[in-house]
Amino acid sequence: MIARTLPAIDRDNEAYWTWGREGKLAIHRCASCEYFVHPPVPFCPRCESRDVAPQAVSGRGRVVTFTINHKPWVPDLVDPYVLALVAIAEQDDVRLACNIVECAPEAVDFDMEVEVVFEQAEDLWIPLFRPVTA
Amino acid sequence: MTRFAEKNTAITGVGLSDVSRGADKSALALTVDAALEAIADAGLTRADIDGIATWPGERADGSGFSPVGCAALQDALRLEVGWYGGGGEAPGQYGAVFNAIGAIAAGLCRNVLIFRTMYEATARKTAYANSLLREGQRQAGPFSWYAPYYTYAAALQQALFFNLYVHKSGIRPEQIGQIAVGQRRNAALNPRAIYKAPITIKDYLASPLIATPLRIYDCDVPIDGAAAIIVSRMDVARTLRNPPIRIEAIGSSMRYRNSWTQLAELDTQAQPKVAEMMWSRTDLKPADVDIAQLYDGFSFHTINWLENFGFCERYGAKDFIDGGQRIALDGELPVNTGGGALSGGRLHAYGAVHEACTQLWGRAGARQVKGDPQICATSTSGGPLAGAMLLVRD
Ligand SMILES: [Zn+2]
Repeated sequence: MIARTLPAIDRDNEAYWTWGREGKLAIHRCASCEYFVHPPVPFCPRCESRDVAPQAVSGRGRVVTFTINHKPWVPDLVDPYVLALVAIAEQDDVRLACNIVECAPEAVDFDMEVEVVFEQAEDLWIPLFRPVTA
Repeated sequence: MTRFAEKNTAITGVGLSDVSRGADKSALALTVDAALEAIADAGLTRADIDGIATWPGERADGSGFSPVGCAALQDALRLEVGWYGGGGEAPGQYGAVFNAIGAIAAGLCRNVLIFRTMYEATARKTAYANSLLREGQRQAGPFSWYAPYYTYAAALQQALFFNLYVHKSGIRPEQIGQIAVGQRRNAALNPRAIYKAPITIKDYLASPLIATPLRIYDCDVPIDGAAAIIVSRMDVARTLRNPPIRIEAIGSSMRYRNSWTQLAELDTQAQPKVAEMMWSRTDLKPADVDIAQLYDGFSFHTINWLENFGFCERYGAKDFIDGGQRIALDGELPVNTGGGALSGGRLHAYGAVHEACTQLWGRAGARQVKGDPQICATSTSGGPLAGAMLLVRD
């Protein structure tokens, strides 16, 4: 595949895109009411606490929805790939855009159990998900 | 119901430039064509225009997505106005209309020129790749969450929602294809449509996949062109040459998370509460609607709107469009009567407003819906964005 377009890093999203170095998926969580806040904001919309910080989660989740891309939007984009939204196991309304990897695109399905893997790109570690194998 | 500001406004004129897959004039020239046609259609002159609105405002990024803004058009036409506004942070493509209604209610203007210009056909032939991503450049803002995952186009984000809709509704490809096939049939009767050659369900099923479940025929077509409408205060509208097309009700609800990933109901996107708001501002009901110009950036938007406007039940669109008769020009609810954006070109719902008015004024020629249609539902859509208008000709 061709190089990924990388996100610009700021104070709020830095943990999400870098904790993969330690193999950890970082999601912001409210210390007061334990609600996960994503995209990361240092404010809890549920209890109004400002005490919200990144926390490592299990890295498990389920495929909420997905699409298999067939169109070569740019040259060299030849093989079909899967874009998906994955809900984290800890809180179903936290959805992460990602690619599903390490399986054939046709094998991806709704509600499929997946787990995080990371791919290094420059100074960042991009979260991707693969099927959970028993 | 009279307390709602839209009820004191009406569409009094419409204009459309040449729409093509490669214009022979500039984007600003196309915009001037559409604007002057709309002003003349209303029976007004440039001196009568005292407001301007557009969505999403000028984007000088070479993409052709919105190359002309209020400032350029105001100066080109030397308009002296009491108010203008253009910008993308609005509840979808109709945000410009909703802002104009507010400006009229505030007493800032009486006749607002609203326009939408696109120059994507030329842009894609020249400077601009067909991609949201820029090589070697880090992506900031909300789209950064999608950027690393080869999300080259809105089609991919939308395909996520549509695939879930297919999964939940059980709609079949040959039913989905009725939107593209039916609209092409309408386009054949529209001299200004881009694609007029008939297609069949077999053609649809054989067409290339873009991203499941989207096929090429499910996607609108990038064009060069401009559409313009004049929205006037009702007392002014009643003195002009066309029967006023009243803006009976609007839906601009954004009572959802404003996000392309965290929307609560992915398969219906932001449409249900927008429709709910529109129906709460009128005594009319879905059964009163004569024709519908439903957003068709992708055919699935149209399918979703059939349900969310209440023309059929949740997940009932597959049966409603099965065979295509109900949505045909002589059906119980003619939909996208000019060919829509799929066959007529992407003018982001402003082409649809032009077609709505063309039908309500009885000017649609060979594609004119019989029975003197008087009430038209129109809509926009796209992830967390959506808007709706119910138009009624006096
Ligand atoms: Zn909290």
